[in-house]
Amino acid sequence: MSLATFLDLTLSGLVVGAIYALFALGYTLVYGVLRLINFAHSEVFMWGSFAAVWLMMAMGARSGMSIPAAIGFLLLALIAAMAVSGAIALVVEKVAYSRLRHKNAPPLVALISAIGASFVLAEIMGLRDKIAGWVGLDGVLAPYVARARDTTSFPNPLPNVTLFEVADFPVRSNQLIVLFAALIMMVALDQFVRRSRLGRGVRAVSQDPEAAALMGINRDRVIQLTFLLGGLMAGAAALLYLMHIGVTRFNVGFILGIKAFTAAVLGGIGNIRGALLGGLTLGLAENYGSLIFGTEWKDVVAFCLLIVVLLFRPTGLLGESLGKARA
Amino acid sequence: MAETTVDRAGAHRAESAPLLQMQQVTLRFGGVVALNEVSFEIHRGEILGLIGPNGAGKTTCFNALTGVYQPTSGQVVFDGQPLGRRKRYQINRLGIARTFQNIRLFQNMTARENVLVGADAHHRTGVLNALFRLPRHRREEAEGHRLADELLELMDLGHRGDDLARNLSYGEQRRLEIARALATKPKLLCLDEPAAGFNPVEKQRLMDLIRRVRDMGNTVLLIEHDMRLVMGVTDRIVVLEFGKKIADGRPEQIQNDPAVIAAYLGVEDDES
Amino acid sequence: MRRFLDAVGDAPRGVRIAGLVALALLAYALPLLNPPIITTPESDFRAVLFTVASYALVALGLNIVLGYAGLLDLGYVGFYAVGAYTVAVFGSLHGNLPFPLLMVLAVCITTASGLLLGAPTLRVRGDYLAIVTLGFGEIIRLVALNSEWLNGARGITGIPRPPSVELFEIPRLTWEGWVAYVDLGDKSVFMKFALLDATPYYWLTLTVIIFVLFADVLLQRSRVGRAWEATREDEEAAELNGVPTFRFKLLAFAMGAFVGGMSGALFASRQGSINPEPFVIQISILFLAAVVIGGQGNRWGAIVGAIVVAYLPERFREASEFRVLIFGLALLVLSNFRPQGLLPPRRRRRVNRETDRKQQMEGGVVHG
Repeated sequence: MSLATFLDLTLSGLVVGAIYALFALGYTLVYGVLRLINFAHSEVFMWGSFAAVWLMMAMGARSGMSIPAAIGFLLLALIAAMAVSGAIALVVEKVAYSRLRHKNAPPLVALISAIGASFVLAEIMGLRDKIAGWVGLDGVLAPYVARARDTTSFPNPLPNVTLFEVADFPVRSNQLIVLFAALIMMVALDQFVRRSRLGRGVRAVSQDPEAAALMGINRDRVIQLTFLLGGLMAGAAALLYLMHIGVTRFNVGFILGIKAFTAAVLGGIGNIRGALLGGLTLGLAENYGSLIFGTEWKDVVAFCLLIVVLLFRPTGLLGESLGKARA
Repeated sequence: MAETTVDRAGAHRAESAPLLQMQQVTLRFGGVVALNEVSFEIHRGEILGLIGPNGAGKTTCFNALTGVYQPTSGQVVFDGQPLGRRKRYQINRLGIARTFQNIRLFQNMTARENVLVGADAHHRTGVLNALFRLPRHRREEAEGHRLADELLELMDLGHRGDDLARNLSYGEQRRLEIARALATKPKLLCLDEPAAGFNPVEKQRLMDLIRRVRDMGNTVLLIEHDMRLVMGVTDRIVVLEFGKKIADGRPEQIQNDPAVIAAYLGVEDDES
Repeated sequence: MRRFLDAVGDAPRGVRIAGLVALALLAYALPLLNPPIITTPESDFRAVLFTVASYALVALGLNIVLGYAGLLDLGYVGFYAVGAYTVAVFGSLHGNLPFPLLMVLAVCITTASGLLLGAPTLRVRGDYLAIVTLGFGEIIRLVALNSEWLNGARGITGIPRPPSVELFEIPRLTWEGWVAYVDLGDKSVFMKFALLDATPYYWLTLTVIIFVLFADVLLQRSRVGRAWEATREDEEAAELNGVPTFRFKLLAFAMGAFVGGMSGALFASRQGSINPEPFVIQISILFLAAVVIGGQGNRWGAIVGAIVVAYLPERFREASEFRVLIFGLALLVLSNFRPQGLLPPRRRRRVNRETDRKQQMEGGVVHG
């Protein structure tokens, strides 16, 4: 194996891992406060990716634009993706969780409810041509809704240039942008949860819901906030994913969501820094694993890694809990 | 198991060795020392009270000797054998059973089924026995049901056998926990604040019940807040404060021990 | 509905048994009766019946794992796949063992795989079990997809069928409106296992289901069933009362794998050929939904759930494009408005009744 191949695998592993990590935050935050797997988080991501694609299409983004304009477009797409993902995450909380929470339903029922929400959200996207047809908008919206079950590509206006070369391996701009953007978002979220008043509320509820309630923290608000934060991060992850992979589809969330959840568990679910570590580990392990065993065994490597880690460190690499280690 | 069900009057074996020895048991959680070199003994056939202010380490002590936590150092010796790294169910089968401070019944099972689960601790019926209704299954089921009925009767729950645990009253739930623990045929019964939330009449009945359980040949370890109950029913008392043992003696000695008075009796304000 | 269920539950033993026998006979007769409304106009009713029956079998197995022992297994399809592939590999691809032997082998291998997966993973906390089993299910499928030895995506054909004993022919009914005719041109041969007519497979599966139901009842009312229930209710309390919870969880896992493998083996034999495609995770979720919709912990609920999950989409094929959407909506609505499932275990029903009564009484006090 040449050094260039190794660098290529390492960098793309880190990039994919950073996207997993950002996506994993939604699972980790919600698990932290609710002890539930938000199965519908994958669709939150998927809707964000479509928001970005549609906005780009609507604004007429194309390659060969000036760099400042392209960056402006991408920032707008980021905002759109985050806004839509955040909104969908709140809808999921409202529709799939809040009623059950107030009824004190067993966790498994909440999981099924979230699975239902996930199917509905994915299928609405996958049937958007039919649904637009019902209201007679399929003609007007044709570019956006046609061939609803096929992949849709993301018109990235930013040229992907080679920045520099290391041992014959070209380091491309998109990869670095994605990697750093993901890291910045994660640091920002980590600091928010650590330092802000709202973040303290999130941590308090995740550590001891009853005590938090006694201290006058509104649990429902905190839960909505965690869904919102997770959704915003998933939206950002969706845009970065589009920049890296270039296409999306109505069912893109399913496998990616499983991977992101794996990353969250790997690092220690409920733990924000754990999500980062888990994401990067998973991304690298997948890439190195596919080098050794072949690309078709990539997912097998990912799941085997998860099982092995859980056997030896049952609470993940960094342990559980938001923000602070628990006794 | 040669012993007949509840009646084990012969269990006062002439062994002089204590039933249980806590030997320099220390338990640390991170930086917090929950138990600090605690040593005491429980003799066969006695009722030992374990008292101390809130957070003194009483429940931690229970958890150490029922296998919920492993001591950081020191060891627990039960019936001549160190507990070592035995699993919780193995410790139960050695003969230590307990109740919980916050009731932990199998809420969606009936009262009788709760007791049956305890009785099953000494049963061996597996899939094949159950599927083919083999003699072992039939014998053990019959034995289990008989024991369950006896214990429910003993705990004044005879009429509640078919009700779900969650539908029992608070006091009934506390008694059902004791019945479930007794069904595992323990040599040592550990009760964690069994009278919490009881009124004086119920407390009196509980005291009688604890004595009756002892008279049947059991040894009882009792965590309790209510001083009058502890003084009235126990043979000996161990006092913990901040994870350390500060006194060990007969109730009247404890009552007059200045360290205990300072640590415990002086701050009696959270009593019901 | 609840009153009806309670009446069923409270009926004398004799009446209940007679009812169950009648129900079983009706189930056996369904492919022959081909009743209007129930029959599936757009797909082969007999094939649909077989699918429903194999889902019901799977749901019964998963109900042991999930409903009794409370273990969230999201990769149950893995056992189904192991059972199917065992039959295919040793019956066609790398061997030519006869079907009965294959069944035994399939059951042994799936049970072993359940033990192998459970032994390390059942020690991790309950929530993680979900993701670990999910990973297991995917690993099995990916191994089948990528392994040359298993023929990869091409799959395996020529899977042996159970030995046919052709005794007699049974005609079936056709309906014109509400009038039934005996159709002598369309007969099922008892018991000829072939590709075209799924009826014998359906009967075989139904028989297996009945056996599993018996075993299920016997186990649940024994020390084993009590230990599972206690573990599900409060694992630590169970352990401290002498229940070796790990061993019983492993047992539940193995029993679940056993039943799942059996269903997979029947599925493979009925299809005649398999490939990795039908063993995707979504199917696991479908199985899970069957158990939860039906009411976890109730064997009849599991069967009803399987019918909902497997039959309704076939019956309303005209809406096939929208079936996943409708299915998702159904899950959402059911879990929010009937969280205990369509048929919760009898005991839980009793609790609900009691809670209702309490609420009524409390309401009465307030209004009075």
